[in-house]
Amino acid sequence: MAKKLIELVGITKSFGNKTILDEMDLFMNENRFLTLLGPSGCGKTTTLRIIGGFEMPDSGKVLFEGRDITNTPPNGRPFNTVFQKYALFTHMNIEENIAFGLKIKNKTKEYIKDKVKYALKLVNLDGYEKRMPDSLSGGQQQRIAIARAIVNEPRVLLLDEPLGALDLKLRQDMQYELIRLKNELGITFIYVTHDQEEALTMSDTIVVMNKGYIQQIGTPEDIYNEPQNAFVADFIGDSNIMNGIMLEDHLVEIFGTKFQCVDEGFGNNKPVDVVVRPEDIVLTEPGKGIIKGRVVSAIFKGVHYEMEVEACGFDWLVHSTVLVEPGKEAGIWIDPFNIQIMNKPESEDEEIFIEE
Amino acid sequence: MKKLGSRLLAGPYVLWMVLFTIIPLCLILYNAFTNIDGGFTLDNVAAVTDYVNAKPLFLSLGMSLVVTLACFLLSFPLALVLSKYSKNKNSIIVMVFILPMWMNFMLRTLAWRLILLNNGFLNRGLDILGFDPVYLMNTKAAIILGTAYDYFPFMLLPIYNALVKIDKDVINAAKDLGATSFIILKKVILPLSLPGIVSGITMVFVPSMSEFVIADMLGGGKVYLIGNAIEQAFNSGYADVHLGSGLSLSLMGLIIISMVIYKFFDRGEGGHGLW
Repeated sequence: MAKKLIELVGITKSFGNKTILDEMDLFMNENRFLTLLGPSGCGKTTTLRIIGGFEMPDSGKVLFEGRDITNTPPNGRPFNTVFQKYALFTHMNIEENIAFGLKIKNKTKEYIKDKVKYALKLVNLDGYEKRMPDSLSGGQQQRIAIARAIVNEPRVLLLDEPLGALDLKLRQDMQYELIRLKNELGITFIYVTHDQEEALTMSDTIVVMNKGYIQQIGTPEDIYNEPQNAFVADFIGDSNIMNGIMLEDHLVEIFGTKFQCVDEGFGNNKPVDVVVRPEDIVLTEPGKGIIKGRVVSAIFKGVHYEMEVEACGFDWLVHSTVLVEPGKEAGIWIDPFNIQIMNKPESEDEEIFIEE
Repeated sequence: MKKLGSRLLAGPYVLWMVLFTIIPLCLILYNAFTNIDGGFTLDNVAAVTDYVNAKPLFLSLGMSLVVTLACFLLSFPLALVLSKYSKNKNSIIVMVFILPMWMNFMLRTLAWRLILLNNGFLNRGLDILGFDPVYLMNTKAAIILGTAYDYFPFMLLPIYNALVKIDKDVINAAKDLGATSFIILKKVILPLSLPGIVSGITMVFVPSMSEFVIADMLGGGKVYLIGNAIEQAFNSGYADVHLGSGLSLSLMGLIIISMVIYKFFDRGEGGHGLW
């Protein structure tokens, strides 16, 4: 059984009169890839900086293996950080950059040399010892930043949107690279991103945050397939979010039409949010589906067509490999298993809020 | 066509350079290597090795070095503190330090006279506090003080600019890798602010080398610098433009040589070799 490595207890942090984190509790297990995911301003970076020791929480505690490290400075924590804009020492060459932490720890010359070589091999940049950071591409610089952090053998590697400045293709390559690195090193990664695809690809655990509150914690599959509220559903992937009324267990009414579903325990005649993923909607011959609609637009996306189908006054987002021409009628059918029922948000903080 | 247009745009600057830089420089060169009869001679350039000229030259050199060092030692910690403040606050505080630059420098120097005079503000203040008076007026110390005060902003600004450009996360990264404040200062902040330090030192050292007005006003004619020597050669009753030009040229040469040496050392250091 994995044990708790880092624990945040009741962390509150404000800047000025703006509360960034409010009484946050969170724990992280050993040897996991944990991602803090949320829109900008949700408090994910602040959380990471509090773990790293670069920010002090106003109240609350940071525990490492049960020991209180809230007041320990960054250089006293067995963590290392990879910063968003690499933060390499531009006046030193690659070797000196990577060796920085080891030299401070007074390691022997041979040890440092071996370590630098090993770290460069790990990030696929053998032979770059004497190059200057400015002469490397963004992706290479980020790998050096990772190498500079991991040579110190941290128990936890903190990564603050490290791929944010890279282009799409490079970002995808680096995602696989990071997964490989994590498996090879066997240490805990805590990763901050606003990119849901990045989070789904790499993480063991995703923590979805919004406005300083944790919205949901779970595996990528949990988060995607069983979003706990409309915010999570909307933030992770495309989705159709509709108002519905839970008539009774296994039966929900959407736009006056009854749909079979698999959820239960919401009570009778209770207003709920209903989420259906666009790829879970099946377009049928008109009249054969549960409801009937008309295709408004269709865009070819490569893997699938993205279509908007107007039915019951709502534009349904549909992903399908089969094209239905715009203007044509189609039936909409949804497997009961693919209808997600969620409670309406109880507080304002849980309301849908996406800045980007 | 476009090429001609952009060349025309450069015209005024070229004219400026020719009129006020190249022609005067040629005149100095010509005068330096000729005597009153117009014949070629090296005497004027060699005059700097005469005891009467060599002494003020080395005095100038020594005092400029002290002034430059003092400016650096004062402005680096200040710039460091200022750069740590948040952006909005510090622009006002930085302004306060730069403000004296907007005042006429003769007035500023004159103000120092009033402070340093034997019965000036300084001694009156000391008297009130019950201390013995200090007689700084007309000493080298007064000139160093005045020069350092005048050139201080030229050291502060470039260093400050270099420091604010350092990404906070680079400092955080050093901290993250275990560096103490001292190591961060020595291995990260200092090397990264080097370009600012270099221009600060250049902007203070070069003009203070040829300084003579401050020496006149605060030195009371008792401290004779190479700047004074050149000024006298041009302005005194028995003016000798040829000697003046020769001395100027020697001084210029010395400054160029010291800058080359300095740049050489600067490149050698570069903040590279860690430990």
